[in-house]
Parts: sequence; C-alpha cells; structure tokens
Amino acid sequence: MPWVCGAVFDSLRTKRGASAPRRKCPETGRSTIPYIVETLDINLETAAPPPRTAAPTAGPVVQLDGVTVIYGQNPALRSVSARFAAGAVGLLGPNGAGKSTLLKALLGFVRPDEGRMTVLGMDVAERPLDIRARIGYMPESDAHIPGMNAVSFVAYCGQLAGLPAVDAMQRAHEVLYYVGLGEARYRNIETYSTGMKQRIKLAQALVHDPDLLFLDEPTNGMDPKGRDEMLELVRDLARNKNVNLILSSHLLPDVEYTCDDVIVMDKGQVAAQGPIADLKGPAGRVFELRIKGDLPGFLDTLRAAGIECHSTDEDVMRVFVPSSVAGHGRDQQLLFSLAARQGAQVRHLRPSIPTLEDVFAKAVGDD
Amino acid sequence: MPIHDQSYRRYGGGRTSPGRAWTVIARAGILNMIRRRAFLGVLIFAFLPFVIRAVQIYLSTNFPQMALLAPTAETFREFLEHQDFFVFIVTIYVGAGLIANDRRANALQIYLSKPLLRSEYIAGKAAVLFVFLMLVTWVPAMLLLLLQVLFAGSFEFLGRNLFLFPAITVATLTQVTVATFTMLALSSLSKSSRYVGILYAGLIFFTGAIFGVMTAITGNSSLSWLSLGSSVAQVLDVIFRVEPRYDTPWLVSLTVIVGLVAVSMSVLERRVRGVEVVT
Repeated sequence: MPWVCGAVFDSLRTKRGASAPRRKCPETGRSTIPYIVETLDINLETAAPPPRTAAPTAGPVVQLDGVTVIYGQNPALRSVSARFAAGAVGLLGPNGAGKSTLLKALLGFVRPDEGRMTVLGMDVAERPLDIRARIGYMPESDAHIPGMNAVSFVAYCGQLAGLPAVDAMQRAHEVLYYVGLGEARYRNIETYSTGMKQRIKLAQALVHDPDLLFLDEPTNGMDPKGRDEMLELVRDLARNKNVNLILSSHLLPDVEYTCDDVIVMDKGQVAAQGPIADLKGPAGRVFELRIKGDLPGFLDTLRAAGIECHSTDEDVMRVFVPSSVAGHGRDQQLLFSLAARQGAQVRHLRPSIPTLEDVFAKAVGDD
Repeated sequence: MPIHDQSYRRYGGGRTSPGRAWTVIARAGILNMIRRRAFLGVLIFAFLPFVIRAVQIYLSTNFPQMALLAPTAETFREFLEHQDFFVFIVTIYVGAGLIANDRRANALQIYLSKPLLRSEYIAGKAAVLFVFLMLVTWVPAMLLLLLQVLFAGSFEFLGRNLFLFPAITVATLTQVTVATFTMLALSSLSKSSRYVGILYAGLIFFTGAIFGVMTAITGNSSLSWLSLGSSVAQVLDVIFRVEPRYDTPWLVSLTVIVGLVAVSMSVLERRVRGVEVVT
C-alpha cells in the first residue's frame, strides 16, 4: 500500500525537521528517514523507554452483557451483549444506532438501566476511576479546555490522568509530534482548524499512555488528506504500537481500513459481530458476470456446479465461486468453461471483492 | 542495523493515585487568573480598604489625639462589609466562566473521561473562586488584626477580642461559601460566562430590590430573608456579636443561606455530567 506508507512517512518527516540524512522507503522509494536514529553513538538498550507492556490480549478488552440504556422513553441500547477483542475493533452503524451511547456507558457517563459491563477486566459500575486511568477517549464533538495552547492542554490532560507535571509536559510534546501538531503546539486551540482539533483530541487521549482507546468518529469533518492521515495514525496505533482501540464510525472504509474486528449496531442492538474477514463470508471470489445466450440454462449449470448466483439490476449477475469449487486461481477458467458447455457467450466478467459494506448492508437490512 | 522508532512511546513513569485531580484543576485555574493583568488590578484595588484601615490603626495606636479612630470588633465587621463589593466583583470575574466556559467548549467530557469524580471537578473549580475570595476577605482581615498587634506593641486589644479570630474565619467562610456555590451553580446552567455574570448580578440586586420594596410596604425588615445579601449580613452581624440589623430571626437567615448552598449543590450534581441527556 504505497500511498499509505507515503502518508506516514510524510507526516513523520514534518515532525522531525529536514536536517537528518535521508534514506529511501523500501516500499515507495521516497525519502523518509529523519525520525530514525541509528545506534552509532546511542545505546538504545538504555536510551529507549521501557518496552511496551503487552496489552491484555487474553480475553476481550470490553464485554457487555444485556446492557440497556433508556433516555426518557427512548431506548438507546436494547439488551446489548458484545465482546470487543484485543486489537482494533470497529463499532459500526448508522447515525442513531447507539454507538456513542455505548462508549459513554463504558466511560461511566451514562448509567445503564440494565446489564453489566467490564473494561479491561474491571466492572464499570465498581471501578470507574481505575478504568478511566487506563483508557483514552476521543470524543465525537469538538472538545478542549478554553484558553489553553495545545501543549498546555495536553499536558493538563496528562496531569488530570495522574501523570506528574514534568512527565505530562514531556509526553505532551511527544504525542503532539506524533499526531502531527508539533509545529502548532504553542498555538491556542481555539485558532485550530477542524482537522487540527481532531488531532488534538487524539493527543489528549494518548498522553497518559492508555491501554485502550475509544475513538468516536475520529475523521468527522476532516478533508480527504487529513482523513487519510488520521486513519493512518489510528492504524499505526493498533498495528505497530499495540494499543487496543474501539473505533466508532458510520464510515465503512474507515473501519475496514483500520480494524480487524467489527461490531455492527443498528437501532440500539448488535446486528453482527466478529472478525471482518469472517463476516465477509467464506473463502472464494465474487464476479460480476453478463452473458449472451440461454440465461436460465446457464444459471442452472452454475448452481449445479456449486456456484451461488444473484441477479442484480440490469442484466449483470453476481456469482460467488467458492474456493472449494474452483482451484486457486482457476475460478475464471471455470466460469468460461461452464459458459462454453452451455453455449453462452461471456460478455462481461469482472472480479468483485466482498466488502464490509456488504456485511453492513446484510446486517442492518436494506432500509 | 537496529533502528529506533521515536514516534509514539510507552510511558514508564509513575502515576498519582486518583483523588488529587482537583488540585490540578484548582492550580491551573488560579494560574490562569493570575496571568491576567486586569484581574491583578482588581485584586490590588480590593486591597485599598485594607490600606485605609491599616492607616487608621496606625494613627490610633501611635497618636493619642487619634484615639477616637481606635479599632473595635465592629471595625472588622465593617471592613468585611466594605469588602462585599469586591467579593461581588471577584465572584463575577473569576466564577462566571468556571463551568460555563467548559460547557461551551465541551470540556466536561474531557475532564470526566479522566480518572476523576464529578465532585473532584466541582471541588477544583470551587477552589479557584474560594482562594481568590478568601484573598480579598480573610487574608486582609487577619492582616489587620496582626497589624493592630504590631502597631500597638501589645496584645491588649487581641486579648479583649480573642473571639475575632474565629469570627473573622467563620464570617468569611460564610460569605465565600455562599458566593462560590451560588456562582458555580449559575455557571453550570449556561454556556455563556457573560450571561452567568448577569444572572448573578440579577440575583443579588433583584432580591435586594424585592426586600427594599417589601420593607417600604410593611414598614419593617422582617422580610430580609428575601435578599441574599441581607441574609448574609444578618448572619455576619451575629457572628461578630453586634446587634442584628434586621427584624428577621438570624436562624431564618442562616436557613436561607444553607438552603441556597444545598440548592446550588443539587444544581451542580445535575448539570456537571459527561453527557447532557435531553429527553
């Protein structure tokens, strides 16, 4: 994924200045390396901070059992039971599905009418402070402390989370560089653009080094470039920094790009959950196919061969060729041979990869 | 060749246990106010009555012909009464935006996603206003008492009026607590600090005006409990052992004060939340 690599390296280059010798990214060939320090005169064994302790991977990081939240007369969550695995989990659903309510219930902002929730093995009702000390929350809406510049704000958040003042200030500088606000860290937050405000929210969520991040619509209001950079940061945290995170979004590509697992919510209930790869269905390939000839006879032939067929609008059909039916890489040949056997002409054949959109559409229905 | 990723790193340092976040909030709030020159001007201005009283004490203790200016217990009561104006100004200047600005910037969800309780948040915010109000009431009053001893060169006055130590402390605590919680409650009701300032001023002046009208109608001051300022003044008179100025029983005035603080706390409990539920 060259563009991804480029975006990361670009953002990192702006953080470190241009004075360091440049190298080439092995994947893109672009100059990248100012942030890399070789061990010529640095003993990295001692200079590096303590290695990241393993994130709690045994069991789910968040578990909900029959959680119901009712606002007045309106149920926002209806007996939700879900398990958020370690790593990056997407919380997907249309607006009003209950995603933000679920996060706020986990933070203790909203007390459930029924049910039990645990975060990092701790009961939300019994140990809210211990939980909040170990999680970071990036809210959906604009949120900052008025009258502060970025570094003061992030350091302040670090102190609120229990870091000593000096450490909080040091961490503030580090995470601001990490999220790409290094050059703007002395500016008042109220002068920031929407994209910068999204980044500062991520920085304040990261400053105390949480074990679990709640990201509520992190790309809201961002331009395409900023959105890509934000997603890259989220992906980097999950993949390379071993931070567990829950990404709440109604944007399918955001979740699909950054997460391994997904929980699809609709109307306050869990509509589907599990690894994205599993939810996409069994191994095999989907093709868009159009033929000229005896269509009913060809469909019968395909079904007899164990191939699923679904008609779509117009005259293009979607066919799913399981790996078990055709050998690896032989699925297209199989379709051609079946068409030839039936005397039909293949006029259109295009591979189509099942996406999270398919999962989402299936889970929440056509409406 | 080993390389070292300097981007996001794990934190390996110490952490304080939950329960101290209110000190962080209070410290940040106090520093934020002290950085404002205009506010420093207000503080200096608030010490003018102190300077005048200090001169009065100096003259009365060093020049026999000025003995009529000699301080009494009532002098300290009058001093705190004069400071009411500065309590009002500082309360609006410092307190109006304490929670309102956080609500405007959606900061409550930032605060409450950290390991701190809502009560800690309120304590931290209250401490900011409390400190500055004590600075314009308790601190100068105690300094005056100290100056009297220093200028007179004896503990005679202090010995005769030993109750002044607890009286000044309790009186200023009453003044400051009422102002702090009333203002915080009002601040939690709005996202505009200006509106909160107007609300507070309205509360003080409007209740005072109602009391004034009722006094004119009834011909006595038994309805002083209608006015927040008059209720505080009535209780402070009792604390300083001077004749209460209104016909209202002082216990009624005290009940009004305690009730107002309780209502303010209830408002804060409802308004200071990580999420605002509109049903």
